[in-house]
Amino acid sequence: MAEQMKVIYERPKSWANKVTHYCPGCTHGVAHRLIAELVDEMGLMDKTIGVWPVGCSVLGYDYFNFDSVEAAHGRAPAMATGIKVTNPDNFVFAYQGDGDLASIGMAEIVHAAARGWPITVIFINNGNYGMTGGQMAPTTLLGQKTTTSPLGRTPQTNGFPIRVAEMLAQLDGPAYIARVSLDSPVNIRKAKSAMRKAFNAQVRGIGFSLVECLSTCPTNWRLTPVESMERVRKEVMPYFPLGEFKVVEGVL
Amino acid sequence: MERVSIDEQRCKSCGLCISVCPVKILIISDRLNARGFRPAQCTDQDKCTSCGSCALVCPDVAIELYREVKA
Repeated sequence: MAEQMKVIYERPKSWANKVTHYCPGCTHGVAHRLIAELVDEMGLMDKTIGVWPVGCSVLGYDYFNFDSVEAAHGRAPAMATGIKVTNPDNFVFAYQGDGDLASIGMAEIVHAAARGWPITVIFINNGNYGMTGGQMAPTTLLGQKTTTSPLGRTPQTNGFPIRVAEMLAQLDGPAYIARVSLDSPVNIRKAKSAMRKAFNAQVRGIGFSLVECLSTCPTNWRLTPVESMERVRKEVMPYFPLGEFKVVEGVL
Repeated sequence: MERVSIDEQRCKSCGLCISVCPVKILIISDRLNARGFRPAQCTDQDKCTSCGSCALVCPDVAIELYREVKA
């Protein structure tokens, strides 16, 4: 008789059976997988619409079995708002990197958060523009060397990094704002729990939700994937503390 | 049937699963997959505790985990 096997972990059903284009060790794949797992677990696959940004995750629409659209650079929250307004029964999320959300798309995200429409934004903070070759982003840490700050970012010439989650949490519109990290199994579990609350904020019609994910960019940081995870813990987390910055009643 | 099932064609040899495995049974193999990466492999299926850490950190959704059901 064949041995009975219990499933501990299997690929999510909403994850398309494709190999991603991301560099080895890039945590975009982890964030994608968490979205796919939650869409499966919350039974949202038939009504999910993903809005994808410009950046490394520009081809994200290819990796899921639910519907997706591609937004202009930085305009994913505006597009997601439009889709949600015209299709209020659909589950709409925007997925953005830090160059997309915190730089060119800063106006869109601030006004989307201020309007407080029930959309969900997954924000990937890896401290540089990964797709174009590691240029300095608004979230690049002080002293961090990038291709456009070769001597390290200085406040005199480049200004200070922007803490997006804290900034948006000051507004009255958002229902749920959190910062999580994708650096270790325990933090990935917490990240999934935060994303579930963010998804709930929309499914229950409470309001705007955003989860900022501290991510790695091993290729442009010139580190191995394992060293990149250590850098997130040692250098990035002290400047970008983890936590929930805004939780409106009913999200949990 | 194996407890740790690694899809070698998806694996990009990043080594994150190896760094988080509490029982240290994962290694980078010495063969190449179709994309030119050396995939991770499990050296001792019986030692796997099904903690799920490797599947949780794998950015390429290459790892699936199973466990025998006790009769």
